[in-house]
Amino acid sequence: MNSLAKPRGWEKFFWPLLAAGLLLALWHYSVLWTATKVFPSPLSVEKGLAELLRKHVLWSDIGDSLRRVALGFGMAAIVGIPLGLMLGWYPALNQVLNPVLQILRPISPIAWIPVAIIFFGIGDRAAVFLIFLGSFFPIVVACVSGVSNVPAIFRRAGRNFGLSPTQILARVIFPAALPQILIGLRIALGVAWLVVVAAEMIAVDSGLGYLVIDSRNSGKRYDLVVAAMLMIGLIGLALDFGFRRLETIRSVRWGFRHES
Amino acid sequence: MEHVSMVFDRDGKSVPVLDDINLDVSEEEFICLVGPSGCGKSTLLNLMGGFLSPTSGSITIDGEAVHGPDPRRILVFQERGVFPWLTVAGNIGFGLSKLSRAEREERITHYVQLVRLQGFEQTYPSDLSGGMKQRLQVARALAVNPDILYLDEPFGALDSVTRLIMRGELLRIWQAERRTIIFVTHDIDEAVQLADRVVVLSSRPAKIENILTIDIPHPRNISSRRYLELRDDLLSKIGLAYTV
Repeated sequence: MNSLAKPRGWEKFFWPLLAAGLLLALWHYSVLWTATKVFPSPLSVEKGLAELLRKHVLWSDIGDSLRRVALGFGMAAIVGIPLGLMLGWYPALNQVLNPVLQILRPISPIAWIPVAIIFFGIGDRAAVFLIFLGSFFPIVVACVSGVSNVPAIFRRAGRNFGLSPTQILARVIFPAALPQILIGLRIALGVAWLVVVAAEMIAVDSGLGYLVIDSRNSGKRYDLVVAAMLMIGLIGLALDFGFRRLETIRSVRWGFRHES
Repeated sequence: MEHVSMVFDRDGKSVPVLDDINLDVSEEEFICLVGPSGCGKSTLLNLMGGFLSPTSGSITIDGEAVHGPDPRRILVFQERGVFPWLTVAGNIGFGLSKLSRAEREERITHYVQLVRLQGFEQTYPSDLSGGMKQRLQVARALAVNPDILYLDEPFGALDSVTRLIMRGELLRIWQAERRTIIFVTHDIDEAVQLADRVVVLSSRPAKIENILTIDIPHPRNISSRRYLELRDDLLSKIGLAYTV
């Protein structure tokens, strides 16, 4: 079998499931053989998950985390996309602001936690602010590069058909840059999901991040810690998968490589 | 076009590209501009399109000086000129946003038929062949009803068979909807098959070396004696050998 051979229907699911199953088995037997008292086995994690569901905390924690991400990411998109488009459209403005952005960009949102607490106190708003910061920069950067990568030929065609600068921005530059903007949004959503967990460990007392830290602090319930971690992973995957569906919309599909 | 010269400033050195170009084009005439690559054919087209301003001289169309791009004269690019985020119908309708919905639909239907893209109205350019994309670009240009069409090596990126077909298509379209066409190419056959007059430019800085009138009516028999004579004439004027 070579890499060009099309995998059969069942193979697409069989091999990944086998790999996951082997990992679970490895985990299970490692716990047994090392006889650890601290780290939970897959079975106790499963029981922990069931316990969380029974106590109805899991759904409200998931809901809280998702709500914070939606707020922080949403605001970052609302502010970041227009700002990025402007910076890409006016290179002079970009030259002025770019150094500041480049200095702020590599600072982990975690480092902003003390600052966020000064600004907003302990609470939801601090967490949302941190998520906003984490997703803002990838969005701005993607928009700037998206706009500056628009081929000159498209702008010229826009001018040729008598469009005003605003119309060119709306009808040529934005749709031409949209695939790259979507990539930026997807990266930002991934970062937002990373940041929400960290923010919830410090700033608030609900959400999946809080569930992780609280399970450890109140009685060293590592089965619940790992259960919450698994939920974080699964939801992150689902968010990314959902966002990827946007890439198949016809008016942006040209910007992505798709196996046909 | 009178005494048009163009000097580019490149790395502090001034590079003359066009030198005293004088050309008078009549309405509904098909002009081909040929010349060695890099001689400034595209620059000349960009000047006429209003995307650049000449260093000296003036370009007037119907007594009106050219200042900036205008939908009355549309430039068709070599490739990748169509908008990939719009369907065939969306591309053709791009310049028609001022029209009412019904009028726009009517124009789109008309030009889809003219360039023979029926059935592809809702197709995106990534699913079209190179020749279809160029036909779409011509349709998008014609849809805004321009007086002049500037074509910058429009078939340059196509394979030779498709090119031949596209020449026929362009002539058919031009005969159906007469416009002034200024067509830049480096292909001698293309020029002799299409043009009323062929303008031969010298190498940089480009001057008009010769203007050749092609006096064969369409459809042209490309193995007739007159055709071959004119072709040989053009080849020798460009200074190319007859044998390879």
